[in-house]
Amino acid sequence: MIEENNLKRRYLVQNIWFTIFWLSMILIAVVLGSILYFIFSRGVKVINWEFLTAAPRRGMTEGGIFPAIVGTLYLVLGSIVVSLPLGVFSAIYLTEYASPRHPALRAIRTAIHCLAGVPSVVFGLFGLAVFVKIFGFGVSVLSGSLTLGIMSLPVVITSVEEALKAVPLSFREASLALGANKWTTIWRVVLPSSLPGILTGLILSIGRVAGETAPIMFTAAVFYTRGLPQSPFDPVMALPYHIYGLITEGTRPDKQIPLAYGTAVVLILLVIAVDFIAIYWRGRARRSRKW
Amino acid sequence: MEEIKLRIKDLSVFFGKKQVLHQVNLNIPANKVTAIIGPSGCGKSTLLRSINRMNDFFEDVRIEGEIIFDGNNIYAEGVDPVTVRRRIGMVFQTPNPFPKSIFENVAYGLRIQGWKNKKAIEEQVVKSLQAAALWDEVKDRLHSSAFDLSGGQQQRLCIARAIAVEPEILLMDEPASALDPIATARVEELIRSLIKKYTIVLVTHNMQEAARASDYTAFLLLGKLIEFGPTNQIFTNPQKKETEDYLTGRFG
Amino acid sequence: MVVLFGEGWPVFAHVSLSQFLLGKRWYPTSSPPQFGALPLILGSLLVTGGGLLFAVPLGLFAGIFLAEVCPPRGREVLKPIVELLADIPSVIYGFFGVVVIAPLIRNFLSLSTGLTAFTASLILGIMAVPSIVSVIEDAITSIPRSYREASLALGATHWETLHRVVLPAASSGIGAAIILGAGRIIGETMAVLMVAGGAPVIPRSFFQPVRTLTATIAVEMGEASVGSPHYHALFSLAIILFLFTLILNILVENLIPEGRRRVR
Ligand SMILES: Nc1ncnc2c1ncn2[C@@H]1O[C@H](COP(=O)(O)OP(=O)(O)OP(=O)(O)O)[C@@H](O)[C@H]1O
Ligand SMILES: [Mg+2]
Repeated sequence: MIEENNLKRRYLVQNIWFTIFWLSMILIAVVLGSILYFIFSRGVKVINWEFLTAAPRRGMTEGGIFPAIVGTLYLVLGSIVVSLPLGVFSAIYLTEYASPRHPALRAIRTAIHCLAGVPSVVFGLFGLAVFVKIFGFGVSVLSGSLTLGIMSLPVVITSVEEALKAVPLSFREASLALGANKWTTIWRVVLPSSLPGILTGLILSIGRVAGETAPIMFTAAVFYTRGLPQSPFDPVMALPYHIYGLITEGTRPDKQIPLAYGTAVVLILLVIAVDFIAIYWRGRARRSRKW
Repeated sequence: MEEIKLRIKDLSVFFGKKQVLHQVNLNIPANKVTAIIGPSGCGKSTLLRSINRMNDFFEDVRIEGEIIFDGNNIYAEGVDPVTVRRRIGMVFQTPNPFPKSIFENVAYGLRIQGWKNKKAIEEQVVKSLQAAALWDEVKDRLHSSAFDLSGGQQQRLCIARAIAVEPEILLMDEPASALDPIATARVEELIRSLIKKYTIVLVTHNMQEAARASDYTAFLLLGKLIEFGPTNQIFTNPQKKETEDYLTGRFG
Repeated sequence: MVVLFGEGWPVFAHVSLSQFLLGKRWYPTSSPPQFGALPLILGSLLVTGGGLLFAVPLGLFAGIFLAEVCPPRGREVLKPIVELLADIPSVIYGFFGVVVIAPLIRNFLSLSTGLTAFTASLILGIMAVPSIVSVIEDAITSIPRSYREASLALGATHWETLHRVVLPAASSGIGAAIILGAGRIIGETMAVLMVAGGAPVIPRSFFQPVRTLTATIAVEMGEASVGSPHYHALFSLAIILFLFTLILNILVENLIPEGRRRVR
């Protein structure tokens, strides 16, 4: 039968394409895997208790990275404090309250999407001009957190919005039909069922915040501080900026590059740990979801 | 008795550890409408999807027994499910046109089969739309999106799409359940008109629909085939107590 | 926005718009300073184009793999890993580029330096792949199962279903993923700052150092004194950068309704 012949060819085409897809994935796995392996195999050697808990010494050729770890944690927390409540409430307003056909809404949404694509270094300049200079917060944790928080706002809003929209209309209608008012419906029905999506948004933003260097270069981070920051108005060290500093400003590459490997490992582990927590949460929320 | 198009022999279907169909035996007569009725969750859709191997896509599915179509077991080793599905078409519960134009929806199956001749494709599309009683409503807007059609029109489009590749059997899973009474009536009318060329298996929730549209009826309960016979007889003089209970609305 | 323009505008007291955009020399510290941003703009575009050349095919194929070809168990493992990889900070990639890739490229091609546009493209491409994969996977899996079933029930193979129904239906999402990738690369600062070499000259080849808009801002902001023409010029670079990303975003925005209109 002619059809059978034709079918053989169709399967051949399928196999060729699927092989290409397999190979692409394998290539990516190999490349990224070897990058990580390379960094870890060198970085793990320098990590010890002292490295994690001591401050840098002798022009950053010895000692640890404790202030940088603490600084990065401060910045991450500070930025979440700024972005999460603001992001969730804006998203709720945009999806649940504002009339969808309102032209202003479309403009706002477009603006948010545009902001999401703005390079982080531009946010850095913005933070420099506004928080550091105009508000006079100086190069500090506060300026950095505000900058990072605003930077991650679009990501948080869009993903929360998306998560809210993914909740089937029937859920809302069912709740409203039972006589619940709008806010109760959102709080008891819509938000819980969109939790996985909201958490995904948070993963994205936390990971981004922890690793960002450009926005804090001018607003929060310095290569070296004496001790830990005492107030939100103090500058901090930060892991990514520390790596950058060790590589570019180094005077003793032979001693500093190993430290950079160690710092890189800590930074990667930090980001991965944050992600794991979020993925775990998302998984739990998904499992308990009944639809 | 008439010619038998499809023989289902001792068909059991498991999802994981759960057995959903228990040794179902059923002969589907050619050029008739066979309705499958039964309470929700009794395995109607599963039975239907077994007939064109659409259950293959689920994880953890295990299928025992045979379905003999055209002298061959479609679950035999070496039988290609793609060919089976080409010859046994399916219409789904909710209309699911592709996000393409009306024309391209119907032409889709033909293009997949390797049809290249534009003229031939066009003729087949027109023929299918006419057979699906949709032609008059769409002939002026063949190239607008299928989503612009009403629900009932979309469902008839899906029927047109399914018959364009000229399958021998047409499986329909509650094709009218998402439609209003008028659209339902049109689809039922259409089903009656299609049996000249096709053998139809129709899953339905709606007893009246089974009574109106089918020639034979199979009653399924908890994955077991309880009774099968001419629709008339099933509805007026059921042999089994379960069937009677169901039809008189005592459960389900 | 206002801030950006407010701080960027004054530079045009020193140079005209066309000089700024088309000038071939960027010597902000010579006297008189010269603010020709063309080399930087071209640097950014070159590196972005190069990065996409690596990232798009790989990301697209791997995204399709993850969504369609991969066995479900593998996907459950791979998907989170890809998401993790997308979060690896760009500093890490820059670091790796400097200490590993650049020397390799220098030795392999016997160049005077391994810090070139090519190196930067490679690193940025690798960096962008995981996020592209992840977004494309989402775009594909969000296509309703009913499309897939309809196609399969008509006797289409898996690949035909993918190629003729699923991918077209996901095309706006896929396009968005690619543009997102482009935005990520063009806005990337740290990796490019470390790897691209940093010569503010118009690139003539893929294998020479370039300087991008982002890197220029990052390097020179520390040196420029507040209120100086140089300071304002850097804000103007940020405006250019912003406009680039604005264009990309408008593309994404228009892609989505258009994808729906272009049903055929
Ligand atoms: N993919 C699957 N995985 C696991 N269990 C399934 C799957 N599909 C169906 N089932 C189970 O098999 C049983 C029969 O389902 P089926 O969809 O065939 O019922 P049905 O008679 O079509 O019901 P309805 O009238 O509501 O459509 C149900 O208990 C259902 O939970
Ligand atoms: Mg069903």
